[in-house]
Amino acid sequence: MSLVEIRDVHKSFQRDTQRIDVFSGITLDVEEGSFLALMGPSGSGKSTLLNLIAGLDKPTSGTVRVASAEVSAMKPGQLAPWRARHIGFVFQQFNLLPVLTAYQNVELPLLLTRLSKREREERVTLALGVVGLEDRVSHYPRQLSGGQEQRVSIARAIVADPTLILLDEPTGQLDGKSSQEVLTLLRRLNDEFRKTIVIVTHDAHAAERATSVLHLEKGNLIRATGVPSLRASGEPAATIAGAR
Amino acid sequence: MKIPFMYNARSAFQRPVSTAFTAVGIALVVAVFIGMLALANGFRAALARTGSDNNALVLRRGADSELSSGIDRETANLIASSPHVALAADGRPLVSPEVYVLVPLVRLGGDSNAIGNVVVRGISEKAWDVRANVRVVEGRRPVSGRSEICVGTKIVGRYPHTAIGDQIRFAGRNWDVVCHFSAGGSAFESEIWGENEQFMPVFRGQAFQSISFRLKDAAAFEDAKRALEGDKRLQVDVHRESTFYVEQSRLLGNILQFLAIVITSIMAVGAIFGAVNTMYAAVAGRTPEIAVLLTLGFHPRSVLASFLVESALIAAIGGLLGCLLALPVNGFVASTTNWSSFSEIAFNFRVTPGLLLAGMIFAVVMGVLGGFFPARRAAKMPVVQALR
Amino acid sequence: MKFLPLVLANLGRHKRRTILTITSVALALFLFASLQTVVTTIAAGANFGSAHRLVSTHATGIVFPLPIAYANRFQAVPGVQGVTWANWFGGRYGDGKRFFATFAIDPKSYLEIYPEMVVPADQKEAFIRERTAALVGKHLMETFGWKIGQNVTLQGTIFPGDWTFTIRGVYVPTDPQIGDDVLMFHHDYMEERLNRPGIAGWYVLKIDSPDHAATIAKRIDEQFKNSSSPTKTGTEQAFNASFATMWGNVSLLMGTIGLAVVFAILLVTANAMMMGARERTREVAVLKTIGFGDRALFGIVMLEAGVIAITGAVIGLGGAKLLYKATHFSGGGFLPGFDVKPSTLVVGSVVAIGLMLASGLVPAVRAARLPVVTALRQVA
Repeated sequence: MSLVEIRDVHKSFQRDTQRIDVFSGITLDVEEGSFLALMGPSGSGKSTLLNLIAGLDKPTSGTVRVASAEVSAMKPGQLAPWRARHIGFVFQQFNLLPVLTAYQNVELPLLLTRLSKREREERVTLALGVVGLEDRVSHYPRQLSGGQEQRVSIARAIVADPTLILLDEPTGQLDGKSSQEVLTLLRRLNDEFRKTIVIVTHDAHAAERATSVLHLEKGNLIRATGVPSLRASGEPAATIAGAR
Repeated sequence: MKIPFMYNARSAFQRPVSTAFTAVGIALVVAVFIGMLALANGFRAALARTGSDNNALVLRRGADSELSSGIDRETANLIASSPHVALAADGRPLVSPEVYVLVPLVRLGGDSNAIGNVVVRGISEKAWDVRANVRVVEGRRPVSGRSEICVGTKIVGRYPHTAIGDQIRFAGRNWDVVCHFSAGGSAFESEIWGENEQFMPVFRGQAFQSISFRLKDAAAFEDAKRALEGDKRLQVDVHRESTFYVEQSRLLGNILQFLAIVITSIMAVGAIFGAVNTMYAAVAGRTPEIAVLLTLGFHPRSVLASFLVESALIAAIGGLLGCLLALPVNGFVASTTNWSSFSEIAFNFRVTPGLLLAGMIFAVVMGVLGGFFPARRAAKMPVVQALR
Repeated sequence: MKFLPLVLANLGRHKRRTILTITSVALALFLFASLQTVVTTIAAGANFGSAHRLVSTHATGIVFPLPIAYANRFQAVPGVQGVTWANWFGGRYGDGKRFFATFAIDPKSYLEIYPEMVVPADQKEAFIRERTAALVGKHLMETFGWKIGQNVTLQGTIFPGDWTFTIRGVYVPTDPQIGDDVLMFHHDYMEERLNRPGIAGWYVLKIDSPDHAATIAKRIDEQFKNSSSPTKTGTEQAFNASFATMWGNVSLLMGTIGLAVVFAILLVTANAMMMGARERTREVAVLKTIGFGDRALFGIVMLEAGVIAITGAVIGLGGAKLLYKATHFSGGGFLPGFDVKPSTLVVGSVVAIGLMLASGLVPAVRAARLPVVTALRQVA
C-alpha cells in the first residue's frame, strides 16, 4: 500500500459568482521512500495538491489518504495533531519566526510532543547537524543568508521525524548556489535517511534531483520522463517507483 | 501553553512604539483608577477611624449630625450617671459632653475668600480618655479657665497662626494655641479643641451638642441604647460611635467611589480600543508566522491563547506603570467639605496593596478583552490563504 | 477638500479601526468636557451674585443665627432698600436618600429681593397667604412627581418633629445659578411651632447702588461689632465665592484627570494613525506615480487624521452638551446650572485639532517624502 493515496480528487474555488476548477479527477499514489517533483505552470494547482496531501485543504470531492489515514475526512481539530506527527512542511518564503533563534525555530514542532528538554535538545542538534548549520544555532533569521534560512526550515521540517516531507517552491527565492545546497540536502535526506519527499517546483534543476517527476497541466497529471504513464481518471494509476 | 511565551514576548517588543503607546494608555487608566479610589479610601478611612466600637455617641432625638443636635446639662448629667457608662481608674464616669460648632477660618494660600468651616469642639478633661486614639504630640493640654485651644495636626500647616504660641481669632476672641494633637489619621485631626466652659458663652449657650461615653460592655451596646432611648426624661438617640461616623462618610464616600468607577470605565473603553487596534495590526503583520504555527500542527486554540497572553502582557506592563504613577500620590493631603456634616475635613490619599492588585487585575482584564477578537482572528486564519 | 472622497474611502476600507478610533476620541472628549464642566460650574457659582445684594451673617460663623430684630435695624441703614432673611431648615424627606435644601423664608420680602425666582401670580398669592404653604423649585417637583396642593412631610433634623406643608407654588429661576432644587416655607410658621424668639440664618439686603456696597457693609458690621451677635456683611458674590472654596481640591482633581484622559487618547489615536501609515505605502506609491505631488499626499494624510479627530470631537463634545442639557443634570443639587460652556467646547475642539496634528504629522511627512521607486519596489 502506498504512503499517499489520492483517489479521484476534484478541487474548485468559488470566486464571486464564478466557479474555478483547479483540477478534476486526479488519482495518484506515492510510495514510501520516493522523491517526487511536481511541476507545472503557475495556476496549475500544484501547490493546491500539496496542501491537500498536508491536510491544509479539503478536496471538493474524492479522497486523500496518508499512511492509511483518510486526511480528507478529518475534522479540523484532528488535523492539527495529525499534521504535527506526520508532516514536515517547507514554504517558499522561509517563514521562520523572526523573534526566535535558529535553535528555537527548529525546536517548535517538538514542543507539540512529550519529549523532555534534553531529548528535544538532542534532536534539534541532530537536525541542524544534518543541514550543516550546527554553528548557527543561536543566530536569528535576519542574521542568516537566504539559503541558510531555508536549510533551517528544512531542519524544522525533519526534526520530529515526520512520515512525509512536503516542500512548496523551496528554491524559489534563492540564488543558484543556495539552491544547489538545498537540493543536495534533499537528495541526501532521500538517499541516506530514506525520507519520502514531495516537492512542488518550477526549477528544472530540482526536478533533476528527484527520482520521479510529474507535470500538472490544465488540471491533469502528465507523466514525465522515465516513468510509466499515468491516466488522469478512473483506473488506479501505476505506482511511482520507490527508492533504489 | 505550547507556543513558547518567548515568541509572544519578543514579538511585542518588535513593534516597540505601538506596544509602548498601548501600554501607556492602559497605565493612565490604571493610575486614575488607583488615584481616585485612593481618594475615596482615604476619606472613608479617616472617618471610619474616628469612631470606636467601644464608645457610644448620644445626640438629640432626630438629629442627623452633631451640628443639628442640642443636649442640656440635666440630660448630660443623667447620662453620666447611667450604669452603662464605663468608669475610669479614678472612679469617675468615662463620659465626654461636647460642644460642636463650625467656625469659618481663612485657609493658607489661595485667595482671601478661601475659607474652610473648621470644626471647633468643646471638651472636658475626660475627653482625652474617652477617645482612646487621640494624643497630644506637641505642647500641653489646655488649662481649665484659660482661652486656650489645641489644634489637630491636619489643621496645622493649612491654616495660618496655628503654631504653638500663636493666637487664632474667632468668635470675637483670641485663643492661644498651646498644643497639637493627632488622632490616628481620623477626622478629629481636622478639628480645634478647647474647654467646654470657654466655648459655651461665645457660641450657643449652655447646651452641648453631643455626649460620647465609653461603654461598660461594648457587646451590650443594644441594651445601653434601649435603656437611654427609652428613658422618658431624656429625648435622645444613641449611636455606636464607629457606626455613626461611617454613616457620615457614606454620602461623599459613595460619590467619590461612583465617580471613580464611571470615569475609569469610560477611559477603559478607550484604552481597550487601543489594545484592539494594536493587536489586530499585530495579527495582520504576522500572518505568515501564524500560518506556520498552524501548519506545524499547533492547535488553533494554542494560537488564540498565545495572542491573548501577548495582549495581557502588554496590558500588565501598562498596569505596572500605572501603579508606579499612582503610588506617589499616597499620603498626599486632600481636603474638602463633608457635606453630610458641613464640616471641612482633611485626609490622606490611601493607596493600599489591595488597590494596587486591583489595578493590575483591571489592566490584565483590559488587555484580555482588547486582545480577544484579534486573537480569535489569528486562530481562525485559513492557512491556505495565508500562505498564498 | 477635493481629496475628501479619497480620504473617506480609505477610512471606509478599515471600518473597524476607524470606528474604534473615532469612538475612543469621542469618549475621551466627552469625559474631558464633563470634568471641565465640573470645574467651570464650581467657578461660576463663585462668581454668581447680584451686585445689588449684600449678605449678612453672624460674624462667628454661618451656623450661628442672627436675631429677627435686626431686620428693622438693617432697613434703617442708608442705602438699604429692602431686607429679607432665611433660615436653613435641614429636613429629611422620606428615607433621606435624595437630599435637597429647605429654607424658612419671609415670603413677601424674599420673592421681592429675588426677582430671578419666577412664580405665576396666582401661586405667589396662594403661597404668601397660607401659613403652612410651601414654594418648591421646578426640578424638585419633577423629581418627586409632586403636584400643587399636595402635602409633603419632612422630618426635622435640627428642629425635631414632623413638619407638614402644602405645596402652593412652583418657582422657575431665570438664572441657573439659583438652584431649582429648594423647598421654601414660611418663617412665621417655624417661629410659631418652635415657640421662641425668631432667628435668621442670614439676611439678604437690597442696596441702591453697587458702588455703595463696601461702605454699607462696613457700616453695618461696625454697628453690631460689640453686640452679642456681631455681623459679617459682604456682597452676595463674595458669599457665594466662599462657598465655592468649600469644594477644596475637587477642582484640581477634576482638572488633573482631564489632562490624563486627553493624553491617553492622544496615544490611542496616534497609534492608530501610525498603523494606517504602514499599510499606506503602496497607495502612496501608486498615487505619486499617477501624479499626486508631495504636498497633496501630506494633505491627504493630515485630512484623514482630521476627519477622525473632528468626528470624534463632534460626537464627544456635542454629546456631552446635549446629554447634560436634556437630563437637566445638577449633581444632585450640588452643581446647579451644570452646562457645558462654550469655552469648554472651544478648548475641547482645540484639543481635537491638536490631536489631529500630533497624530497625523509623522505619517503625513513620511508619505510626502516617500520616494516612489522605493515604494514600488516594496509593493512588487
